[in-house]
Amino acid sequence: MSTQVMPLRDVIARHVQDGMTVALEGFTHLIPFAAGHEIIRQRRRDLTLVRMTPDLIYDQMIGMGCAKALTFSWGGNPGVGSLHRLRDAIEHAWPHALAIDEHSHAGMAVRYSAGASGLPFGVLRGYTGTDLPAANPARISQVTCPFTGEVLTALPAITPDVTVLHAQAADREGNVLLRGIVGASREAAMAARTLVVTVERIVDSIDAPMNAFVIPGWQVAAIAEVPGGAYPSYALGHYARDNAFYLAWDEIARSRDTFLAWMERHVLGTADHAGFLRSVGATE
Amino acid sequence: MSADYTPDEMMTIAASRRLKNGAVCFVGIGLPSAACNLARLTHAPDLVLIYESGTVGTRPNVLPLSIGDGELAETARSVIPLPEIFTHYLQRGRVDVGFLGAAQVDRFGNLNSTVIGEYAHPAVRLPGSGGAPEIASQAREVFVVMKQSARTFVPKLDFTTSAGRPSAIITDLGVLEPEVTTREMVLVALYEGVAVEQVRAACGWPLRVAAALATIAPPTADELLVLRDLHARTTRAHAARVRITLPNQGVT
Repeated sequence: MSTQVMPLRDVIARHVQDGMTVALEGFTHLIPFAAGHEIIRQRRRDLTLVRMTPDLIYDQMIGMGCAKALTFSWGGNPGVGSLHRLRDAIEHAWPHALAIDEHSHAGMAVRYSAGASGLPFGVLRGYTGTDLPAANPARISQVTCPFTGEVLTALPAITPDVTVLHAQAADREGNVLLRGIVGASREAAMAARTLVVTVERIVDSIDAPMNAFVIPGWQVAAIAEVPGGAYPSYALGHYARDNAFYLAWDEIARSRDTFLAWMERHVLGTADHAGFLRSVGATE
Repeated sequence: MSADYTPDEMMTIAASRRLKNGAVCFVGIGLPSAACNLARLTHAPDLVLIYESGTVGTRPNVLPLSIGDGELAETARSVIPLPEIFTHYLQRGRVDVGFLGAAQVDRFGNLNSTVIGEYAHPAVRLPGSGGAPEIASQAREVFVVMKQSARTFVPKLDFTTSAGRPSAIITDLGVLEPEVTTREMVLVALYEGVAVEQVRAACGWPLRVAAALATIAPPTADELLVLRDLHARTTRAHAARVRITLPNQGVT
């Protein structure tokens, strides 16, 4: 399979379908906001969304009715407080009910790693003494080590239909270079049936140092060049996290009306990510 | 309480004093992050700070708003994949101190950061686990930092997110530590100007008091200066809006 470079609109239209399990990864850094917004514009429905930290992008997708289920490990606005749309979905089923599959960060890391390794489940020494296993019995179990007899926690692999990442650069063959905080992006990428990537720049050569985090082009189904594609998250070396926006989101998302008006104006009312960035005043 | 400093400042400073120079510390966002960086900037310059996003040995100049701000990566000794933080470092036993907060704590230091009310139909859905369950069980020592109130120090948790075994709960009134025989958290120290009755009133279970009750020294001028500088730098940094240059605008 060779990578195809195409507009983001076409990447989403071709690869993300209603009902799929979709992981937009990137831990605080390199969150694929542009791709999430395009999924909202194309009105995808019944997605099972997977992310360690749902962050603002899943708050927006859930509030806009894209998701039927969420797999996650920490659902807040980091350093600020609640994700109000996520809370409204769980507490009041608005805009509709949301099934949740809840874990810890260590658990999600193990689940992605198992998926990336082609294994049915992963193990960790975790969840001990907590109410998580009772809350999620279908996806949290135990296994006994055949060598030591130690009882460990077993969790099923995550294998997304599609994983979406944002990265700093790719070359024309689709080789992708990520720098900085990567979270569980590598595992989420290798666990996916289909991987698509947005990048700040498509370049002639990614000039990756040896041992760098490079995803080979033959693993990448499609690439779209989307400058600012992680905003209001960030892309190290390109722009910083807009912490002022994360602080402002708390008020925007607090009520259904202000949320819907904001989404209508800045996401549904813009044709693409450049339009979104201009609309929220994030461009120079 | 003296007007020269706030209870929050006293709590942060009391937490920072617990950190020994050279310790490997797994840092959560918010108050733990402030306490750890204050310690690093005062009495513990060789404190090794690990943030779950994947930054090891980081020395931020301003406090991060999120657990993965660029500041953490750019000032880190190394940036590694998140799974390795939880496997190679935490699960393998390389973390000396973990710092946790929560919405509720019980008398044995168990923590709830998941829901208020029933799990399936919560009155308030809280963010959830994050790294907490494994930090609580795998760090060599765990400190809990939480403001005290009868609403948050509860007789029974709505949900056990982390099974507690903290060696101390540092609050805005004083410090609780586990009694050796029962593991129940008892009041062992007060800040200056705080009365035992005040602490009992801000606790949802009948709080017991250690026979030898200590008083914690108020903040030094240096501690306050460093902490306030850190917060001022941080507030300025977080208020800055980010502007992106789109290529077709011809600006370089």
